[in-house]
Amino acid sequence: MSQATLAPHAGAHGHHGHKADAAAYDPAVDAPAEHHPIFDYDSGPPVERGKFAIWLFLATEVMFFTGLIGTYIILRTGSAAWPNPEERLAVDITAFNTFVLIISSWLMVRALQAAQKGDRAGILKWLGATILGGALFVGIQVYEYIELYKHGNWPNVDIFWSTFYAMTGFHGLHVVVGVIWLICAWFGAARGRYTAQNYMGLELAGLYWHFVDLVWVLLFTIVYLF
Amino acid sequence: MSPADSSAAPATAPKHAPAHHPDAHPAHEGPLGIAPAGTVHVSHDHHELGFIRKYIFSVDHKVIAIQFMLTGLFFLVLGGLFAMAIRHQVAWPWKPIPGMGLLFPETGGVISPEFYTMLFTMHGTIMIFFVIIPLLTGAFGNFLIPLMVGAPDMAFPKLNMFGYWAMIPAIFFAILGFFVEGGAAAAGWTAYPPLSTILSAAPGSLNGQTCWLMALTWVGVSSMMGAVNYVTTIVKMRAPGLTMMRLPLSIWGLFISALLQLFALPVLTAASILQLLDRTLHTGFFTPSNLLVNSVRPEAFQSAGTAAIDAASGGHPLLWQHLFWFYSHPAVYIMVLPAMGFASDILSVHARKPVFGYKPMVYSICAIAGLGFIVWGHHMFTSGMNPALGMSFMVATIMIALPSAVKVFNWIGTLWGSRIHLTSAMLNALAFVSMFIIGGLSGIWMAATPVDIYIHDTYIVVAHFHYVVFAGSVFAIWAGIYHWFPKMFGRQMNETLGKLHFIGSFVFTNGVFYMMHQLGLAGLMRRTADPYTYTTYAHLQECNELITICAFLLFAWQIFFVINFFHSMFWGKRVGRNPWKANTLEWDAPSPPGHGNFDRELAVYRGPYEFGSPEVAEDYLPQTRKLGDGAGKPAPAHAHH
Repeated sequence: MSQATLAPHAGAHGHHGHKADAAAYDPAVDAPAEHHPIFDYDSGPPVERGKFAIWLFLATEVMFFTGLIGTYIILRTGSAAWPNPEERLAVDITAFNTFVLIISSWLMVRALQAAQKGDRAGILKWLGATILGGALFVGIQVYEYIELYKHGNWPNVDIFWSTFYAMTGFHGLHVVVGVIWLICAWFGAARGRYTAQNYMGLELAGLYWHFVDLVWVLLFTIVYLF
Repeated sequence: MSPADSSAAPATAPKHAPAHHPDAHPAHEGPLGIAPAGTVHVSHDHHELGFIRKYIFSVDHKVIAIQFMLTGLFFLVLGGLFAMAIRHQVAWPWKPIPGMGLLFPETGGVISPEFYTMLFTMHGTIMIFFVIIPLLTGAFGNFLIPLMVGAPDMAFPKLNMFGYWAMIPAIFFAILGFFVEGGAAAAGWTAYPPLSTILSAAPGSLNGQTCWLMALTWVGVSSMMGAVNYVTTIVKMRAPGLTMMRLPLSIWGLFISALLQLFALPVLTAASILQLLDRTLHTGFFTPSNLLVNSVRPEAFQSAGTAAIDAASGGHPLLWQHLFWFYSHPAVYIMVLPAMGFASDILSVHARKPVFGYKPMVYSICAIAGLGFIVWGHHMFTSGMNPALGMSFMVATIMIALPSAVKVFNWIGTLWGSRIHLTSAMLNALAFVSMFIIGGLSGIWMAATPVDIYIHDTYIVVAHFHYVVFAGSVFAIWAGIYHWFPKMFGRQMNETLGKLHFIGSFVFTNGVFYMMHQLGLAGLMRRTADPYTYTTYAHLQECNELITICAFLLFAWQIFFVINFFHSMFWGKRVGRNPWKANTLEWDAPSPPGHGNFDRELAVYRGPYEFGSPEVAEDYLPQTRKLGDGAGKPAPAHAHH
């Protein structure tokens, strides 16, 4: 039907039936206020708001590292020559460090499993181990940086070191943030914040932790191995 | 969120279905001792907050929206003042600006070439990152999203507060740039290296560029927090029955631009951090290793021997352009998609007619955003690019004309045969559509590489993007302010002043930007402080003088808006919930809405644009209105009757 000649009052369309009151509709009158209205609507996919938001946040993190990794790929493929990473970096130590981070991801899964069972002591044990793994990773990376600095390898030396420090440095910062987050979660667990019914906070920290782990596997592969 | 069942009655009742459905009974039958109509309790805010808690450290999305709005309008004035200084210089080069000699006695009010570059750099930066994006997403996004989806607040109110507070360091660094040694950033709002990365390349590159990068990073943090909140709220907190395909187009515009921010902005953050490292740690991401500036090696790689340089070449200045435009082209759509949404809503309400072709409107928003990710190279046609790649970017860019044209034709289809009420909001929305057509059309042929190579960096580019961003988005912002002001403050803006403001703004906007097309075709370059030193351009000065006079008048004319805005905020005509007789959910809440927004439970029965529905006597049919005797009968969804 043509919309071209709509009158402000649809009197001409009366034959369509179902006409409401002639008085203008006013929600304040026709649909009265509630004293205790409930607005806790949930319209979306069956995930909690917090989990939905953390996935969005991780998407931004993916794009952030895409920017860094893309920069590295462009600069490396655009260079006339690229030094062999094995000659410049201690690949074996970092391989061990990679192993540490992967193990810490597994420990995180165990911590979450303990939370799902409502086992507070289990959370504290496994989460504590995860934190130690993360701290060990950061420690080894700091040691690596110090050794590199002693040999005069600093970001302003050449484009290899510029990209190396930018990528591993920003990943390292993410690990530090993750460790701090996990420490907060550990104290929360000690106060009984996570129950078998509600362990969302721990799950969010875990998602972030696995993301940081995943990025490292990618970085280790392209920066150290190739 | 199944788009298909948009015509069905709400399938999902509220989680805890109330014994008494708000719409099911007339007012006087309320079993719970509800106050009689007319004395409806407006606010749930039983605990009174102090001024600081309420207005400074607020977690209420409406207060945060107004914080963003006042900040954005303040920066609109500041960026406008910069524009006036730029125009003065272009019209009358090296003449002192009247009155400025008092403020800057050492220069006597004369703009130096270095200061001119700082002016246009900071004009662009402020207008994009501190005015348009904060006004559209920060102010309107914050205000409209919870109200239009029927939510009591954002999903994460505290994160929302941090989103505004992240703007404070951004503002601090943007202003600080003018007071550091060397002055503010001067490499253009695009900050191309090596001009931006080499400290001696320009006075503003000494320290000001560092402030610029810090400001940009903080703006990014703010936008990111906002975008996570907006997407979560729209996806997870819609009122029962409000399917995605029943959302107002304003929400669709804000939703898609939030997604653009989520996926594009982090790349700019990464890039600006890399540029920051180039400037502070002297890395060389964007500096070629063999670059000499004034016969001196730049800071990057200075400590390295030649052997290291041979082993690995330096960085690429072009890399910055790619990273920058990977964000900043989608940013163009962040600056226009919400504006398109506002225009759709306002046209529909003030023309008393459903939006023509709701679904194509939604799909074209998505298409514009999707294509927006693969066209960034059209900013770089003259930077050096494989012609095949240039061709791809050109084709993708021209393809954006298709969804944009769908939107334009649908706006015209909405207006066709409607009853147009020429309110201030409507006038500004109509101006948005008409001037977006001009800016959009010049964009199509500008996308063709041969044309672009001729007109690159001329005033025609300036004309093009000001037609889209100023004549487009800013007019849509004005339209939005006139339209939603009653909801924000419970008072209406003065229509006479509003129309006066509109007429002058419309005439002078075209007076400023239309002739820039001609200047550009004549070859006049942008970003030159005194183009008339080239005798080829000397005859263009008179045209520039006329443009500048229009610009001054345009700026001065805004006094009517300022007076109207602040006067109406305190002394405007009081209005009820739904002064425009609109259908969307925000008009269901009190004006202004109290803490928690709505005073009754919501259920949504139809799309947002049911104007002239044959089912009711009035010419509008709110989304939440349940038709008594039509119960069980599926309500018509939207434009399709």
